[in-house]
Amino acid sequence: MRFSLQRLLAMARKEALQLRRDPRSLAMAFLVPVAMIVFLGYIISFDVRDIRVAVLDQDHSAQSRALVSAFEAAGRFEITQRLDAPEQIDTLMSRGAVRMALVIPSGFAREIVSRKPAPVQAIVDGADANTASIAMNYAAAIVTAYSSHAVLGQMTVPAPVGAQSRVWYNEALESANMIVPGLIAVIMMIIASMLTALTIAREWERGTMEQLAATPVHRLEVICGKLLPYLVIGLADVTAAVVIGILLFHVPFRGSVVLLAVMATLFLLGSLGLGIFISAALKSQLLATQLAMLVTFIPSLLLSGLIFDIASMPLPLRAVTTVVPARYFVVVLRGIFLKGVGVEVLWRQGFAMVLYAVVGLALAAHAFRKEIA
Amino acid sequence: MIGRLLNWRRVREMLRKEFRQMLRDARARRMLFVAPVLQLIVFGYAVNTDVRNAATMVVDHDQTVESRALIDALTASGYFRVAARAEDPRDLVNALDHGNVLVGLEIPEGFAKDLAAARQANVQLLVDGTTANTANVALGYATQIIGRWGLAHGGGVAAQTLRTSGAGVDFRVRAWYNENLESRVYNVPAVIGTIVLLMTLLLTSLAVVREREIGTLEQLMVSPLRPIELIIGKTLPAVTVAFIDLAVITTISLLWFDIPFRGSAPFLLVASLAYILTGLGLGLFISTVSNTQQEAFMSMFFFFLPAIMLSGFMFPIANMPVALQYLTYLDPLRYYLEIVRGVFLRGAGWRILYPQALVLLGIGVLVLGLATRQFRKTTA
Repeated sequence: MRFSLQRLLAMARKEALQLRRDPRSLAMAFLVPVAMIVFLGYIISFDVRDIRVAVLDQDHSAQSRALVSAFEAAGRFEITQRLDAPEQIDTLMSRGAVRMALVIPSGFAREIVSRKPAPVQAIVDGADANTASIAMNYAAAIVTAYSSHAVLGQMTVPAPVGAQSRVWYNEALESANMIVPGLIAVIMMIIASMLTALTIAREWERGTMEQLAATPVHRLEVICGKLLPYLVIGLADVTAAVVIGILLFHVPFRGSVVLLAVMATLFLLGSLGLGIFISAALKSQLLATQLAMLVTFIPSLLLSGLIFDIASMPLPLRAVTTVVPARYFVVVLRGIFLKGVGVEVLWRQGFAMVLYAVVGLALAAHAFRKEIA
Repeated sequence: MIGRLLNWRRVREMLRKEFRQMLRDARARRMLFVAPVLQLIVFGYAVNTDVRNAATMVVDHDQTVESRALIDALTASGYFRVAARAEDPRDLVNALDHGNVLVGLEIPEGFAKDLAAARQANVQLLVDGTTANTANVALGYATQIIGRWGLAHGGGVAAQTLRTSGAGVDFRVRAWYNENLESRVYNVPAVIGTIVLLMTLLLTSLAVVREREIGTLEQLMVSPLRPIELIIGKTLPAVTVAFIDLAVITTISLLWFDIPFRGSAPFLLVASLAYILTGLGLGLFISTVSNTQQEAFMSMFFFFLPAIMLSGFMFPIANMPVALQYLTYLDPLRYYLEIVRGVFLRGAGWRILYPQALVLLGIGVLVLGLATRQFRKTTA
């Protein structure tokens, strides 16, 4: 039988009509991605601010007060407790009431004035290592600035080596800029494979898939016809996510819209194909959603580099990430949104996406051949 | 008193049936006992925010002893490694665009001369901000290392005064509870909490609704079992399995991931019981309000996802918008994470963590009560 575009479109129309009559699946297709991107965009933040500090000032001098107000003025720290005895630190810290304790021993002012080393101690709650290292860096910068000012008096002396740092692509180091573009990959992966798992596995459960086999329609026409409406939904979701990212989270968009559309289409084709394969192989809505969730959600959230750096994972886990499709799409999304780079940089990822689309569709076609023979 | 409420013999028979049903096939056994271990290992390694050996590209236009010493100071810290060297700054742009390196250090010509002449010697640090968190930490370390190196090696009166007299603040920072600042130590206990929640939800959320779908619920209803007996029969096996999982993954965390355990084990056991009951209650509740297993599974997922995100597991609650911070108080996982992290790392016990444990117990009793009531309603 020759491949016919007309039959394919008829198939797609049938599928779209069927989808329109299924409000629950439609709601999931449109509301869940939007809700997820808004919710996660707000929640995921590594911007450390308002670090609660307890101060134990045993010196009570103008100098010690100046150091403390340098902390207050920096804006990152919030001095919530003034202590009288070192023992109090333990209680506060173990309750998690403060993240840092600053101890200025008596004699601080004397040492500063007589130009000797004046010890100051900071105790940081290291449990949350990430927040702790950021707080430690902020604190050290404040103390260094105070120290050279106090010793060298009013003359402002530039540091011997000045590190002029510039952050590229995300100048203010906003977590939203890091998270929101990449999230599109994770959400599309989940939605694409879940939607097909839901609707196509249902056809297997109800036996309507067998009816299709009896009609004079080519296998590829069935698959493409079924994919088409979901592809349209997926692309609408991507558009919505991009618009939300730009308008709500003020994520810059520096690259090419066309490139994004092409990459998103490839990624969706792969994910939809995977979903069809899973549902055709399992033929049960429940098992299909469970498996779809297992193979899409956890890997694309944890192993895609969206939140956790792939470079700092151990080798076996790094090897696993190479087969996580979202990993490549995350790089593409960040490249297009933040770096404004094009095919000349992203061709490797583009190749991975083409491969993913081909493998996904081939798996879907294979599953159909075996079943409707 | 209790004998009037339930009949032990009936409960025992029901328990026997439930255990047998749960552990019957190999796939279910793998799901219950192998999956948690795999999850622990994947999560334990993947959830990592440490910045170590960040890939750095060096563009050294100066090529002097001093410029090399500065680069050595960066790599000796362990936070940076020189992944590439280049002569053309355009290579640096290219490497950052491709995401091959995180940090670029450009040392201009005349660096050593400026240093010796006590003029400020400038270097350029370029950081890829797309991974904002890593970039922030790396930037902080690099600025500090370069600043300190400058003070130690710079010429000029100022640096020499500071250096020779040792004058100024001698700032010493100590990190408590996690001396080497390894993110794993903070995250693995949280992974335990997450896995236990997932297991308890999986164990119960499909339980009642499955029996309804295949029709055996009708059979149970015509049997002389009372709702409370039925709930006990459904929860007790799940509690047992959840405790076995908890014990196994805790042991692996201590031995394999080297997580310290400093607090009170009996307290952790009691708090875990409250937590497990909460999870089971939630699962049973989902099960009783769902019509199909499919619905139950989806509901479970849409509860589980926000529960993780709001718990403070991967994303600190203190950084969330205030409105969402209030929402976290509804999340049982939030309280359990405070408990496990407190017990494992901070050596806390009942004295410090009793509020969290009590809230957890309260939520547990509430949801189990709701589940029982809902079950009565649907079966009546």
